[in-house]
Amino acid sequence: MGTYKSALMALAAGTTLAFTLTHAAQAATLDDVKSRGQLRCGVSDGLPGFSNPDANGKWQGIDVETCRAVAAAVLDDPGKVAFSPLTAKERFTAVQSGEVDMLSRNTTWTASRDNSMGLNFTGVNFYDGQGFMIRKDLGINSAKELDGASVCVNSGTTTELNLADYFRANNMQYQAVSFDEMNQTAAGFDSGRCDVLTSDSSQLAALRLQLSDPDSVKILPERISKEPLGPVVRQGDDQWFDIVKWTLFAMVNAEELGVTSQNVDQMRDNPPNPNVARLLGKDGNFGQQMGLTNDWAYNIVKKVGNYGEVYAKTVGAQSPLKIDRGINALWNQGGVMYAPPVR
Amino acid sequence: MLRPSTSIPRRGHGPLWRNPAVRALATQVILLIALVVVIGLLIHNTLINLDARGINTGFDFLDRRAGFPISQTLIQYTSDSTYGRTFVVGLLNTLLVSALGIVAATIIGFLVGIARLSPNWLLARLAACYVEIFRNIPLLLQILFWYFAVLRSLPSPRQSISLFDAFFFNVRGLIMPAPDTQPAFVAVWGALLAAIVATVGLVVYGRRRQAATGKALPSGRIGMVLIIGLPIVVYFLAGRPLSWSMPELGGFNFRGGMNVVPELLALWLALSIYTASFIAEIVRSGIQSVPGGQTEAARSLSLPGGLTLRKIVLPQAMRVIIPQMTSQYLNLIKNSSLATAIGYPDLVAVFAGTTLNQTGQSIEIIAMTMAVYLVISLLISLLMNIYNARVAIRER
Repeated sequence: MGTYKSALMALAAGTTLAFTLTHAAQAATLDDVKSRGQLRCGVSDGLPGFSNPDANGKWQGIDVETCRAVAAAVLDDPGKVAFSPLTAKERFTAVQSGEVDMLSRNTTWTASRDNSMGLNFTGVNFYDGQGFMIRKDLGINSAKELDGASVCVNSGTTTELNLADYFRANNMQYQAVSFDEMNQTAAGFDSGRCDVLTSDSSQLAALRLQLSDPDSVKILPERISKEPLGPVVRQGDDQWFDIVKWTLFAMVNAEELGVTSQNVDQMRDNPPNPNVARLLGKDGNFGQQMGLTNDWAYNIVKKVGNYGEVYAKTVGAQSPLKIDRGINALWNQGGVMYAPPVR
Repeated sequence: MLRPSTSIPRRGHGPLWRNPAVRALATQVILLIALVVVIGLLIHNTLINLDARGINTGFDFLDRRAGFPISQTLIQYTSDSTYGRTFVVGLLNTLLVSALGIVAATIIGFLVGIARLSPNWLLARLAACYVEIFRNIPLLLQILFWYFAVLRSLPSPRQSISLFDAFFFNVRGLIMPAPDTQPAFVAVWGALLAAIVATVGLVVYGRRRQAATGKALPSGRIGMVLIIGLPIVVYFLAGRPLSWSMPELGGFNFRGGMNVVPELLALWLALSIYTASFIAEIVRSGIQSVPGGQTEAARSLSLPGGLTLRKIVLPQAMRVIIPQMTSQYLNLIKNSSLATAIGYPDLVAVFAGTTLNQTGQSIEIIAMTMAVYLVISLLISLLMNIYNARVAIRER
């Protein structure tokens, strides 16, 4: 009799599971995050400047700060984030299955990812392009001279596809050696398995610092692709999509309006213009429209900083990477960072 | 005289639900229906959820262009090939490293297992050290060691270690001449096949003759000469229908020839050495399970040691060895999926990894990958069970 009983139990459990699955699809992410009191954020498994634990085990980087900004907007506390380091292969499944509330992991916005994988890209927090890193002693000065080279690349990335397209377009042969994790790819390059390491140029700058002899390599001038990197959320939850999107816009707008973590209190008390007043919640109910409090943007800038501040401290002038603002400068300063207005 | 009946009286036809056979059948049928319904519900729900979240489903992606290259392919493959072909390439690479690993692990395992029981103190201790070291270090660490530590110490392509200017060993792997066969080479394959068939026939005949007359035929040696000699003779008769593509250093790397990538070498080495340590223990336990009297009896007939091992001890030990060997072979095949750590393009790396990531169709891809491993495992298990049935002790 015991067998039948356990079989029936299993049956009941299975059916319940099947129904829960349907139900879970419709739950609102904002409510989940609020009731949990914590934002679950998928980040890279170790890329200096983007997301990398520092000597004290605290996550640092521009992608990490994006997570903290969302936590500041939603939970009023940038510390309430649980970071999940994900490999390139794991990242989308983690978002699709709801294992993380958002992905902030130097992920390129592409049509197929946006349209066919149940994902939504919320914007761009770093405009990048793919480049090549090579040992100086090979005497190569241009990517056009790479015919016959073997190339270390991270598998399952847009990088891998751009690489194939570029060599084909230029009628060159190559041998790809694909690794699962970025640090293995770098180790492969470091041990001489490949002549060239290819990745987004910002990543090359970061990886170069991890090599055994950073001065023996150089980054070739060509950029062979557009790599708009940005946060990703699950499709089908418009409210959550808006929150993550506008967190990014708030940071860019704050920089444009000259609001920094230093002067934000003063700016809120005495807004110099109506734009600042709307951004910082003195005028209108822009926070409430998203299901947040009206001081959402104040919290972001106060506790995390505006886009320029975050850029400088993670990948820019104040960081070891020292990546030029370049096209990541604001639109009115020669770059392409442009956020819709808060009004 | 009355004797108690020894047969059980037939029961009368009671109601159906009293009949144990009917009852058993009915419960089975009900459970089966319930199981089908539950699985159906799960699939249905999954599909609805996938659709609601805007995730592509179906197997259409198998016909789409993959767009990424693979470093080692046994069949024609370019980045223009389809995801379906990616699957085949990955599968073949998994089978290649598994087959190579099984052969090497078996040979090393048998040698070490026998060495552990050797009366030679040094040899036995060395074998014991081998087993304890490689059995106790996690396989992933061994793979990473063989790959990164050894790779780093190898020379660059320009400073290759070379043998006869034809074989080159460097950080890019082993580069060697590639055979380029002309149509007439078929005759050589034919000769090889004929030699193998003849050898099998010879062995069978030799056994029969020995059983009948007691005279042994050196069929092993004759077979060896046949298998090596016949193809060579035919090769020259057919006008040497084979040329070699020689590797030449040019640009970044060698061109021409055949390149055995270091990922394959490292994975093969690690899998063989690791699995061999388990096989050695299995072989040792198998040999020790054969009663010592068997060896003593053989010695009293003054049979040489090697013959005793081959003809008396091992055949009996095989009955203990085979079932456990099956598990080790299966483990080796499944462990080959650790390939992804060092960039060897096996099924898990290129299909369940890269293809999954490029298409996002996790459910279909994981299902296909699991099915492949299941089928391979069941096939190996079947083959080994057939072999086991053949070597099992038979009452005569």
